Amino acid sequence: MPEVRRSIAITIDDTEIDAYEGESILQAARRFGIKIPSMCYLEGLSVWGACRICVVEVAGQHQPRPACATLVVEDMEVRTNTARLQSHRRTILELLFAEGNHVCAVCVSNGNCELQDRAVEAGMDHVRFDYRNPLRPVDATHPKYVFDPNRCIVCTRCVRVCDEIEGAHVWDVASRGHQAHLVTELGQPWGRSSSCTWCGKCVASCPTGALFYQGSAVGESVHAPDLVARLVAARRDHEWFPPVESPTSPNEQNGDDR
Amino acid sequence: MTEKTRLATVWLGGCSGCHMSFLDMDEFLFDLADRVDVVYSPLADIKEFPDGVDLTLVEGAVANDDNLELARLLRARSTTVVSFGDCAVTGNVTAMRNPLGDPQAILRRVYVDKVDRDGAIPDDRPVVPALLPRVLPLHQVIDVDVYLPGCPPPAARIRDAVVGILDGTLPRERGEGIRFG
Repeated sequence: MPEVRRSIAITIDDTEIDAYEGESILQAARRFGIKIPSMCYLEGLSVWGACRICVVEVAGQHQPRPACATLVVEDMEVRTNTARLQSHRRTILELLFAEGNHVCAVCVSNGNCELQDRAVEAGMDHVRFDYRNPLRPVDATHPKYVFDPNRCIVCTRCVRVCDEIEGAHVWDVASRGHQAHLVTELGQPWGRSSSCTWCGKCVASCPTGALFYQGSAVGESVHAPDLVARLVAARRDHEWFPPVESPTSPNEQNGDDR
Repeated sequence: MTEKTRLATVWLGGCSGCHMSFLDMDEFLFDLADRVDVVYSPLADIKEFPDGVDLTLVEGAVANDDNLELARLLRARSTTVVSFGDCAVTGNVTAMRNPLGDPQAILRRVYVDKVDRDGAIPDDRPVVPALLPRVLPLHQVIDVDVYLPGCPPPAARIRDAVVGILDGTLPRERGEGIRFG
């Protein structure tokens, strides 16, 4: 029997829409084709609210709210693209670029990167902060995949997809603040992980070039984050999900599946 | 006839790919030559950065004391300075040594530890300039007026920016024209 959800009238950028009770501002906006930029949010996974790119202004509230983690309430008035929000988004992006080592020119995801795309949208033509240039060793111990933490923004999509969808929970976040970083198998090299199923959902979900297939060269890595929502829907509706060609594996395309 | 714009192009810590892309503007270079005089460039044999430059494109990051000195000089002698390409804008590949720390340790590894015999760090000053502790984007050293990202910026993007600056019509929102990489 189809689920009956109570309607809640809200206004987003002067457009009145019928949101559902229990829905986030971001979900409601997307259903009505209103674009709010996001990064850590991924349809099909739990909400993390880490990146704050999706901040919106809600009438009567001084602080901007993350649209992914704010539920709709009756008569809510939301603005998604004010000058203040544009400024906040650009600052957040500049901080992300300054925090890691994001060298687009030599990145596997150059041209296929959500971080790069958000920077273009935000008009980020340079970074005003000092680059931290942290030393972050690459983990290439896994036979099939590589983790390059230099390009990681700790959005935790991989952590969530591995735990919630695959059920393996290989990934975790270690440390706090600017030292927060991803670990596999509680800090063991990924290649020694006994819980990793080699499913590749983490690679598919990654918004940047932090996770990619072994053997990928500059610009070759294309992620498939939509896979998660399709998989979740197929499970819910008990539909057959056809095997997925991994779009990001140059080795497999060459018939050399390691 | 109005006076021509005095254009300079400078090559700091980069691979010269941005200058190659500049040359890729092909036949537009003839149109450009009608509007500008090139008064300093690695593509021209001019020894000293001159006074009274209207527009200067700076390729490359600031990696050594020679880069630093030239950056300060060109700023003092130019009206408009363009950060030309990803190395100038972000540090890019040139700055990939930064996480490794002390440049002396890097030089030692390259010129001494990893050679078969008789390795030595080149230190013939001022012919070989001293590396700065960290590679810096241009705007952390001097004021920059326009950012022109890309590795390299495609020829069409360079043309749009240069024409926009010459005509005074360079838009605030440049869409895809600011994509890194």
